Amino acid sequence: MTGTTSGHRGLDFEEPLLFEQGAEGRTGVDLPKPAGKANRLGGLERKSPVGLPGLSEPQVIRHFTRLSQKNYGIDSGFYPLGSCTMKHNPRLNEKLARLPGFASLHPLQPWSTVQGALELIEQLADWLKKLTGLPAVALSPAAGAHGELCGMMAIRAALADRGDKRARVLVPESAHGTNPATAAALGYRVDSVPGNARGRMDLESFHSKLGEDVAAVMLTNPNTCGLFEDEILEVAAAIHGVGGFLYADGANFNAIVGRVRPADLGVDCMHINLHKTFSTPHGGGGPGSGPVVLSEALSPFAPYPFLVRDAKGLRLAEGPGEVPEGAKPFGRLKGFHGQMGMFVRALAYMLSHGGDGLKQVAEDAVLSANYLLATLKDELSAPYAGPCMHEALFDDAAFRKHGITTLDFAKALIDEGFHPMTIYFPLVVHGALLMEPTESESKEGLDRFIATVRALMARLKSGDVVHFQQAPQFTPRRRLDETLAARHPVLRWRAGAEVQD
Amino acid sequence: MRYLPLTDADRQKMLETIGAASVDALFVDVPKAARLAAPLDLPDHLGEIEVERAVARLAAKNLDAGSVPSFLGAGLYRHFVPAAVDYLIQRGEFLTAYTPYQPEISQGTLQALFEFQTQVALLTGMEIANASLYDGATAAAEAMLMARRLSRRERVLVSGGLHPHYRDVARTMAGGVIEVLPPKLGGGEELASKVDGTTACVVVQNPDFFGNIRDLSGISAACAAAGALLVVVVTEALSLGAIRSPGEMGADIVAAEGQSFGNGLNFGGPTVGLLACREKFLRQMPGRLCGQTVDIEGRRGWVLTLSTREQHIRREKATSNICTNSGLCALAFTIHAALLGEEGLKRLAAINHEKAVALAERLGRLPGCEVTTPAFFNEFTLRLPLPAASAVERLAEDGVLAGVPLSRLYPEAEALANHLLVAVTEVTEESDMAALAAGLEGLLP
Repeated sequence: MTGTTSGHRGLDFEEPLLFEQGAEGRTGVDLPKPAGKANRLGGLERKSPVGLPGLSEPQVIRHFTRLSQKNYGIDSGFYPLGSCTMKHNPRLNEKLARLPGFASLHPLQPWSTVQGALELIEQLADWLKKLTGLPAVALSPAAGAHGELCGMMAIRAALADRGDKRARVLVPESAHGTNPATAAALGYRVDSVPGNARGRMDLESFHSKLGEDVAAVMLTNPNTCGLFEDEILEVAAAIHGVGGFLYADGANFNAIVGRVRPADLGVDCMHINLHKTFSTPHGGGGPGSGPVVLSEALSPFAPYPFLVRDAKGLRLAEGPGEVPEGAKPFGRLKGFHGQMGMFVRALAYMLSHGGDGLKQVAEDAVLSANYLLATLKDELSAPYAGPCMHEALFDDAAFRKHGITTLDFAKALIDEGFHPMTIYFPLVVHGALLMEPTESESKEGLDRFIATVRALMARLKSGDVVHFQQAPQFTPRRRLDETLAARHPVLRWRAGAEVQD
Repeated sequence: MRYLPLTDADRQKMLETIGAASVDALFVDVPKAARLAAPLDLPDHLGEIEVERAVARLAAKNLDAGSVPSFLGAGLYRHFVPAAVDYLIQRGEFLTAYTPYQPEISQGTLQALFEFQTQVALLTGMEIANASLYDGATAAAEAMLMARRLSRRERVLVSGGLHPHYRDVARTMAGGVIEVLPPKLGGGEELASKVDGTTACVVVQNPDFFGNIRDLSGISAACAAAGALLVVVVTEALSLGAIRSPGEMGADIVAAEGQSFGNGLNFGGPTVGLLACREKFLRQMPGRLCGQTVDIEGRRGWVLTLSTREQHIRREKATSNICTNSGLCALAFTIHAALLGEEGLKRLAAINHEKAVALAERLGRLPGCEVTTPAFFNEFTLRLPLPAASAVERLAEDGVLAGVPLSRLYPEAEALANHLLVAVTEVTEESDMAALAAGLEGLLP
């Protein structure tokens, strides 16, 4: 099929699994032979081998280098993945996170030996509080969805504290799937609020569903259609009017950072994906970091651990005996203190941009998205009118009539050297394409992408449908069978399992 | 500002193309009352040199545990990470990639996740593993919730030997139906008699928080008889290279902290949560899974799979709200485990154990001191004739991080005030052990 005997194609290697390589007794780490005398394992020593293959260091380096070459990252090229915010990852952040004074700190060292780390946490918290206008922050959540859990638990605790048992949470249809999942995980009944023709939550439906049994409304703003929920002040007033809380999903905070404070929008509680707004790398799926900012009313309920400053300096309150008066933490969400490595990266990004630069970040992100919207809306159809925020949304109307799907179009973009935009999301739009250029893409880069999209549309209009249906042609693998993977799950390698070719 | 490519001329041209008078016109949907009138009280941007200086100054205020004798463990361990690990995870194609939504250009991440799942399954002795969770504590809580869904029972029985943070996370996630036994320093905890037909699962850590290696066969049999699930928690994944795996001892679900492989301390995070189980529990497993498949040319490849359990499909009916994994930390785990291989793993585990035994014997001979952990891997509890917290503070002044005083994690338990949790790894040198022994000796009454 490939025309070579090895299956390799130049620099595109057919790399076997680790388990299909290696030899018994080989290792990539030099370690002395243990003396073999000590045994205080209580008769429970391992008798059977684990089954790991033996590889040398050069074999391992080559294996993972070859794997890396089968990956597209933001360092590889334009990555307009909407709702995910793929911006430049500065290497200074990586360098600083690796300073031994942060990277080699144990979380249970005496507080006196980690004052610099605690100061960094204090500074980061201070930036987040000033940028959002909210007075408290919980830093331990390990990801955005984890932050949602944290925020909603704080809301639940605040309600319980006033003896208020509420059963429902309102979630707009266009919200991230994590929002309803979070509310449900906490035992709330999720009441979905439809959108309106302008791509926002329908205010009338919202009002009709509102009642004194509603704990919170979870609003993403800017929302997943890339639009600002322009009636948010009314939403906030209404939910507060029935004694509930406004939870904001802050995944898209990068659109307004430095220009709009969530507190001024009436938000009580919001998680912030540090990796999105403050550029910590995504690493193929994580780690993330999802601090939560909280209003005065919610702040007593923030989980352990939280920062306290006293005569001896800074420390983290970790249990009931250590909390200041008035604090009523709802519990603990994670082992140890949170994603410190991400805090260092985020603070380095904040300092690099400053208050002035962060405002520019939001403006450039919004400008770039509107530039894509303006230059492509005559080719692709945009379902909603007006300016967008940090991401531009299109639907599949423009190419559906030519017989291709959003997926076909995305795969053709891969052959052109671009990571596709987010596809099929938000679900409220048919065959959605959600493009987020971010502030770190140059105008020349945007123009190249725009020219490519237009050229692909010209190709489609000329009748070359097959080109799209056959795409991608030039990738290490071509369309993978996802149905087979789900119907016959093979989730690990097993000795003796046949290698398909 | 070096991260921002747009020039003022670019911005002007783009605004003209859009047909907007100014960038303010693009923020027109923000209610006027909520627009900031003045800049926030934040410092202006700094250059690379200044940022490095400011952050390095904070780093310098800390006592780096890697530079001094350190015996801190309690769920995170100072292991040697080979240089190749950090080099490889910093390759931009790994570091700056997102979730592998487009598998054709994400085979690198996907294949590595498939290898990770295989390694975790092999190490834990379980049939399958997922593509990682946030950390060990959240993985343990998810295992507990998973066991509840599987058993359709609520009550959770938690060993007193479970890491206190894990216990607290489990409590936060479980609500009021969790029963935690009191801590028992020397092991020998009686769990089996407490399991009954209402028990969803028993959560037990091995080696436990105090270092005890536990034989789980009794509790495993009791769980099987009562229709409850056995959740085994491992906070020191390296121990799996030396002691019988949870799978061999009858675990149904294993939740572990994977930090020991390839990941540093980082003041507590990020780390990598491992979750493995029997294959029949697959549909209730939370988090991401990578599965093998073929492409349209019939070639083997990988995709994320079984997403019908997840929040983006099932929304409020999902098995969990988790939407990410610890991709890069899982990659570091996989690379380190690949470098070790069978032989390296065996040796590394044995070295950890030998050094720990040597130190335990040495400290146990100090007057008034006693090792209270009969069987252990690389961590044990030492009873001192004085409060452990004050000993730790005093020794830290001399640059020795003596371990974790149990009072730090059990502030309410007066009986544990004199106990010190001591961890030893391959990076512990003879001179480190001598410094600790001498330091402690100097404090003894």
